[in-house]
Amino acid sequence: MTSTARETVLGRIRDALALAGPGEVTVERAYRTGRTLPGRERLELLTGRLVDYRAGVRTCTADRTAEAIAEALRERGARRVGVPAGLDPAWLAAFDGEVRQDSADVPAPSLDALDGVVTASAVTCAETGTIFLDGSPDQGRRALSLVPDLHVCVVDLSSVVAGVPEAVARLVPERPTTLISGPSATSDIELERVEGVHGPRTLEVIVRTDA
Amino acid sequence: MSSPTGGGTFLGLPAVPSRPPYGTGNLRGDRAFPEAAREELGNDQLRRNLAKATRTIRGKRLAVTAELPDWEQLREAGAAIKTDTMNRLPELLEQLERKVTEHGGTVHWARDGVEANEIVTRLVQESGSDEVIKVKSMATQEIGLNEHLESRGITAHETDLAELIVQLAGDRPSHILVPAIHRNREEIRDIFRAGIPGVDPGLDAVPAHLAAAARAHLRKKFMTVPVAVSGANFGIAETGTLSVVESEGNGRMCLTLPRTLITVMGIEKVLPRYRDLEVFLQLLPRSSTGERMNPYTSMWTGVTPGDGPQEFHLVLLDNGRTAALADRIGREALNCIRCSACLNVCPVYERTGGHSYGSTYPGPIGAVLTPQLAGMDAAKNDPNSSLPYASSLCGACFDACPVKIDIPSLLVELRHQHTERSGTTAEKLVMRAAAAVMRRPALFTAAQRVTAAPGRLVAGRDEVVSRLPPPFDGWTDSRDLPAPPRQTFRSWLASEEGAATLREAAEEGRRDREGRAAGREDDDEEAR
Repeated sequence: MTSTARETVLGRIRDALALAGPGEVTVERAYRTGRTLPGRERLELLTGRLVDYRAGVRTCTADRTAEAIAEALRERGARRVGVPAGLDPAWLAAFDGEVRQDSADVPAPSLDALDGVVTASAVTCAETGTIFLDGSPDQGRRALSLVPDLHVCVVDLSSVVAGVPEAVARLVPERPTTLISGPSATSDIELERVEGVHGPRTLEVIVRTDA
Repeated sequence: MSSPTGGGTFLGLPAVPSRPPYGTGNLRGDRAFPEAAREELGNDQLRRNLAKATRTIRGKRLAVTAELPDWEQLREAGAAIKTDTMNRLPELLEQLERKVTEHGGTVHWARDGVEANEIVTRLVQESGSDEVIKVKSMATQEIGLNEHLESRGITAHETDLAELIVQLAGDRPSHILVPAIHRNREEIRDIFRAGIPGVDPGLDAVPAHLAAAARAHLRKKFMTVPVAVSGANFGIAETGTLSVVESEGNGRMCLTLPRTLITVMGIEKVLPRYRDLEVFLQLLPRSSTGERMNPYTSMWTGVTPGDGPQEFHLVLLDNGRTAALADRIGREALNCIRCSACLNVCPVYERTGGHSYGSTYPGPIGAVLTPQLAGMDAAKNDPNSSLPYASSLCGACFDACPVKIDIPSLLVELRHQHTERSGTTAEKLVMRAAAAVMRRPALFTAAQRVTAAPGRLVAGRDEVVSRLPPPFDGWTDSRDLPAPPRQTFRSWLASEEGAATLREAAEEGRRDREGRAAGREDDDEEAR
């Protein structure tokens, strides 16, 4: 049945193109690509966007990562925190609560019992304030950064790029990729933006300025 | 293999692809646009809600699109990529299928909504579940999937806030992006109080509290339902990557937590290269919600061991898309990325709302897409034939469209096609008679003399004709006609007053020319 449907649909498309002919076109990419910005400007732009989305932002140097993470978790009152298996254990050294390492067989409701999650990130777009997670070992599977209500995300300034084309160029297509621009939100009621629906209602971003 | 129906023959002439069967899916209302619009216009609350919401979103969109110095170049690239996609649709779909399969997914093809509904139902049944969680999807709305699943004993839970509002109210979506745009916060509070089991009876109308109520209601479903159904914003042929753009995180939940994921995607949603996302991830959020980026976008390629659904099905849906593709002009509507910017700027949509269009796709893009997908002359008095006329042709939609679809020209083309196909009507006879008269000046003058008097007679004291007698009443259904003047231009020109005015003008022109010739030695215009 489906193989017939396949032939039929492909046949219809070929017929349609034969009847009407192809459209004339050349794809020109005259929009901005390959932009670079100095580190200070990328940081400023990104911080402004994240604040606009009502995410928390703090900066630190790489040697203060553990303190910055512990501070973010403490401020939000998180006691039980999940981490992906590949996250540097030193990052949680200053946190005095319970740390649970995630694995693929932990069921979703158990993730729901966590107060928060700490992950690294793959690449970040400054112009839109978008953090890209790609499932690398220090970012974990998608469910881990989704179900808990607090997401503390570490962004290295060296991985922050100017615009969307620069960010997409750095991705590995086959990896499950999630783009995050602030905490979850909805505009469904009178088109007024409300932060906090199904995804983490709180997003805390830690930008490491020398990493 | 040759196929008996709907084209695909490798011998002989290409056939016009068939459209979905009449009476299936949600691509046709039960009455014509003017009739439905008249009723909707009577709803003051609806008009207030729509005016407020569309005004808000228009302002946001203008602000974030003005911010990008290369917005026009992005639009050009977006339009070109989509046109290139349509030109190469067969190879791109085959490539997408190959890539998805390589990464552990299964690809299904559906000629129409009936077939897609059957495929999804079978897959859900095979999973052993009698409920599914759903990400907001235009394609599944178009084919009426929820209703079909329900008829087979499967409950579909809409998880997008607006879709949930619509589902709980037993309502229909009225906007592509914000399906409950016609509801205000007080109405939503009432719907939640009545429809969500165990909800706090003291729930108020603060949007954040309403969102929290939806979160609590759906949390358990996300954790337990083993099958999700989604649509797709983009499917990348080069890599087999699919993408869903959303805000609330309900999409991420559905795409990540269940064991099985079924994605229904219109065949026109394919994009050639992964790189093309750099264009559409800029065009779509800024045009739709007026944000620099939507909160969440998910991209996945087949199945990833240990992360997300371990069974993935992609259903590729035709349902009239190939019929639209067979129209050289009309196929441009297939380039639509469902941002809904054209709805928000349309003076007709803003007043009549989405329900008037009778289709899953309302507004300017709906008025061109719906007739092409489902046809507009599929039955006597097909309601879809009224859609190309649901516009003042002001052109605001064209300016707003992120992929530069020339909606006004498509509307005119569809009107032309409808008129050509609609046989002999009173209007057509009148037009034909008018053409014959206009070819003969003497006859035309005489006709003007005899029609002016009755014309003035039907006009009111305000010199406006608000209702013509049949068979001309169609013209005045939705517009007023100025009363004919006492004297036509031609009779004025022939009068002594007209002749005197002409003489004066000629004299003035002569003086003017003499003045210029005196002032300039070399007069190019005179020399020519």
